[in-house]
Amino acid sequence: MKGAGPSVGSRSLLSRLATGDEFARLVTLIFAASVVLITVMVVWQLWTNSVLPRHKFGLRFLISDVWDPLADQFGALPFMYGTLVTSAVALLLAVPLGIGAAIFLAELAPPRISDTLQFFIDLLAAVPSVIYGLLGFLVVVPLMRTVIFPVLNKSLGFLPLFKGPSYGVGFLTAGIVLAMMVIPYIISVSREVLLSVPRDQREAALALGSTRWESTWKVVVPFARTGIMGSIFLALARALGETMAVTMVIGNTPKVVASLFSPGYSIAAVIANEFTEATGDLYVQSLFELGLVLFLMTFILNGLARLLIIVTTQRGSGVGNA
Amino acid sequence: MKRVASLVVAVLVLGTLLYAQNPLTVTGAGASFPYPIYSKWFDEFHAKNANVQFNYQSVGSGAGIKQVTEGTVDFGASDMPMTDELIKAFQDKRGTGILHFPAVLGAAVPTYNIPGVTATLNFTPEALVGIYLGKITKWNDAAIASANKGVTLPANDIVVVHRSDGSGTTFIWTDYLSKVSSEWKNKGGSINWPVGLGGKGSEGVTGLIKSTPNSIGYVELIYAVQNNVPFGAVKNAAGTFVKADLASVSAAAAAAAKDMPADFRVSITNAAGAKAYPISSFTWLLIPQKWQDAGKREAVKKFLYWMLADGQKDTEALSYAKLPKEVADKEKKAVDSIQ
Repeated sequence: MKGAGPSVGSRSLLSRLATGDEFARLVTLIFAASVVLITVMVVWQLWTNSVLPRHKFGLRFLISDVWDPLADQFGALPFMYGTLVTSAVALLLAVPLGIGAAIFLAELAPPRISDTLQFFIDLLAAVPSVIYGLLGFLVVVPLMRTVIFPVLNKSLGFLPLFKGPSYGVGFLTAGIVLAMMVIPYIISVSREVLLSVPRDQREAALALGSTRWESTWKVVVPFARTGIMGSIFLALARALGETMAVTMVIGNTPKVVASLFSPGYSIAAVIANEFTEATGDLYVQSLFELGLVLFLMTFILNGLARLLIIVTTQRGSGVGNA
Repeated sequence: MKRVASLVVAVLVLGTLLYAQNPLTVTGAGASFPYPIYSKWFDEFHAKNANVQFNYQSVGSGAGIKQVTEGTVDFGASDMPMTDELIKAFQDKRGTGILHFPAVLGAAVPTYNIPGVTATLNFTPEALVGIYLGKITKWNDAAIASANKGVTLPANDIVVVHRSDGSGTTFIWTDYLSKVSSEWKNKGGSINWPVGLGGKGSEGVTGLIKSTPNSIGYVELIYAVQNNVPFGAVKNAAGTFVKADLASVSAAAAAAAKDMPADFRVSITNAAGAKAYPISSFTWLLIPQKWQDAGKREAVKKFLYWMLADGQKDTEALSYAKLPKEVADKEKKAVDSIQ
């Protein structure tokens, strides 16, 4: 803003502040900068507090599946695996359900029903994760052992994914609980995005002779695709970092196994569980490094997500032109 | 503007002065297992000594040791004694020693869920170690069955449950396992579990056991008593099967009192004595030897004297076993050495 002229520059800072504009600009700038500052501080802390294991293990930390505080051997693989698997299961379940529900609420349901349901969805989104954890522990875990496991194991037991035994807790249970937690996010954001699709888009499609569903599925949903993707990434971020609900139902056993019924562990859960009683610098710092790994995983997945949006929106517009 | 600024300064100064009139605050952090009794003690002590306030955060033993070493709190608390390594780190950082004061006693008990079995099971050390090492995998294994004549045990696989979060209960449990078996290894709060599911907290372990047939786990005695969790008896060093209660836990401490080392860093698991419950432990307050602040030092000393005398009367109402008199008397002498 140097080019704004000497008359501005010569006015005292105080008088410029007094007009309000400059004041608002400064204050909001500080607020915006704090986001960057906090991110930098988090990374800096995680980095400086994980010097020992980074030097001792190097990249082995990422590919080792040994987590043995007795022998001072630490590897992140079982936790990375658990975090990714539970999040993937959660999204596989939550995305179709969430988007389906959002389409119904935005396009097909009468406004009164849509608004009422939206109220409940917002309520669900505000439920603390420990409640979902309890629900998972008291309802999903027994259900898993008595119903879901026998059914899946009988029908699909030949796949390594569904081999037994089941203790009720494990990757699949954690994935289901996470799915329950993230569905409200997907519905809520996707519904808003679908509702904001311009009316003329729908009318144009209907005028060309498409049915209600065709206009929804072929015009409205592709138009809102970027926003819907956004809702999925929000859900993914929540699933990756969820601690309490996961640790209550995942079984807390650091293992890399194909079976979804097997107990496992996630990064956030092990940090929460072991940080308080960890003795020895290498142990504590390895937990910090796990935090760093989780941060990087979130960062990379977010980057990939953005890339995906760019690619698909380009392809989307190409289809639209053709 | 100037007037506003001077007003702000005046308020700040006045506020600081007023704050200084408030009671002296001594801060501590550490073990969560003794938190209920500590908070009762600190409340009661404050009621008797209005000028002193204790502020205790139950952040876990490891974090408590870390915080007192860093000097961010005045004292620490831990369910396991500090290792020589940790004591040296404290010495290097703070230029003074750290003293251990046993405060109360705790115990870990085996709890299980076997469909069709309602009797109280007896566990030998060999059976518990075998189960937790993953070597005994069936309930009708001879090591378990031989101690439970007359009970029909099923031929089902044992589902082993342990705590996933670090805890004093786990420390007591594994300290015992390492004492009765050369095969079991652990170091402080660090364990590499050979088998089993991890449950978060006592409620997580209990919940898993209740919902999983043929499972076994361990919880602290207080939790088991207050929540009516059934638990088994364990064979002690004298060869008697003992069920944990306040008397048998105190008996374990009394057995150890005779050879109590001067620094009180002693494990009383597998204690001698026919009545002693073998999976018992002290929980310690960690107090720096030298204090810069004379006011805080006197407050802490006064509290320790009170805790070792009148304070012990509060323990049993909260299901903690109290210190044997010999131990408390010995500790009083150690309090004198705080400078």
